[in-house]
Amino acid sequence: MLILYLATAILFIISLFANKQKTIKALKIAFKRFRKILPAFLTMLIFVSVVIYLFPHELIIKYLGIGNKYVSTLFASLLGSITIMPGFIAFPLAGILRQQGIPYMVISAFTTTLMLVGIITFPIEREYFGVKITIIRNVICFIIAIIVAFIMGVVFGEIGI
Amino acid sequence: MNKILKISLIVIYLLFIGISLIFHFESGEAIGNNFFSFAFSMLKIVPVAFVLIGLFEVWIRKETIEKHLGEDSSWIGFFWAIVLSSTTAGGLYVAFPIAAVLYKKGAKLSIIFTYLGAVSVCRIPMTIFEASFLGIKFTLVRLLISLPLIIISSIIMGRFLTNTRFEISGN
Repeated sequence: MLILYLATAILFIISLFANKQKTIKALKIAFKRFRKILPAFLTMLIFVSVVIYLFPHELIIKYLGIGNKYVSTLFASLLGSITIMPGFIAFPLAGILRQQGIPYMVISAFTTTLMLVGIITFPIEREYFGVKITIIRNVICFIIAIIVAFIMGVVFGEIGI
Repeated sequence: MNKILKISLIVIYLLFIGISLIFHFESGEAIGNNFFSFAFSMLKIVPVAFVLIGLFEVWIRKETIEKHLGEDSSWIGFFWAIVLSSTTAGGLYVAFPIAAVLYKKGAKLSIIFTYLGAVSVCRIPMTIFEASFLGIKFTLVRLLISLPLIIISSIIMGRFLTNTRFEISGN
């Protein structure tokens, strides 16, 4: 994180020395684009806050552990698709799931969809790519996540072939 | 109509949070807390990302991006997309505006989709985190399966959309 700030600051200073007009123009572009996408960000934040309230971590841990592993995998991928969490929360959570003996296949379905499929980022993605592409892209990513989960199951010996 | 609906949704939401905070209504307080903690973590990255996007837009020439990531670029373009994605901070919400500016500068669609997919699976900090909690084998297998699938599906999607003359409008 610090590296990002530092790198940006350095680039900005270099840019300022190289060409003041261009740098001011860059800031204007940055501001204009940020302002344009802000409503979509706000909408997303509203979704996020409600979804996290409806699906707290305790609930996720509880429900991924029960039932048939195939059902759990499907359930995990749906759960991963609708929620969002930063990696520093998601992977410790995945570690807890693993300690509870939940199959790698289920964990993979959860973490992969969590990162790859973004129903919650829909408002932002739509602004840039339109509704159609957003849906197609997310459906493809969902399928990829399911394929990855099943191969994980095979690699870790959870599904016999 | 759509705009009025959106604004009223936001106003109702904010009213709900405000009233909940005053009367200590538990669910509302929890939702409000989620909102602020997420808004805060996004505000740490998003403005910086937009400054970088701005600098990128004024300094990088269109020809450069066209040459390396455009229609006539080779497979190395995919490699660059993955390298760029692995160093992207934040998440998809940062990747979308970056993808949009790359497209504007002439990157082809399959590269754009590869970048977006790769952002989700191989950001470096995230990968290290994952490996430390779930083991290196888990991370390696996941990367080795998901990256090729992402590249293949991106190429197919890119072809399909180029044939239907799709263009990224938006911003």
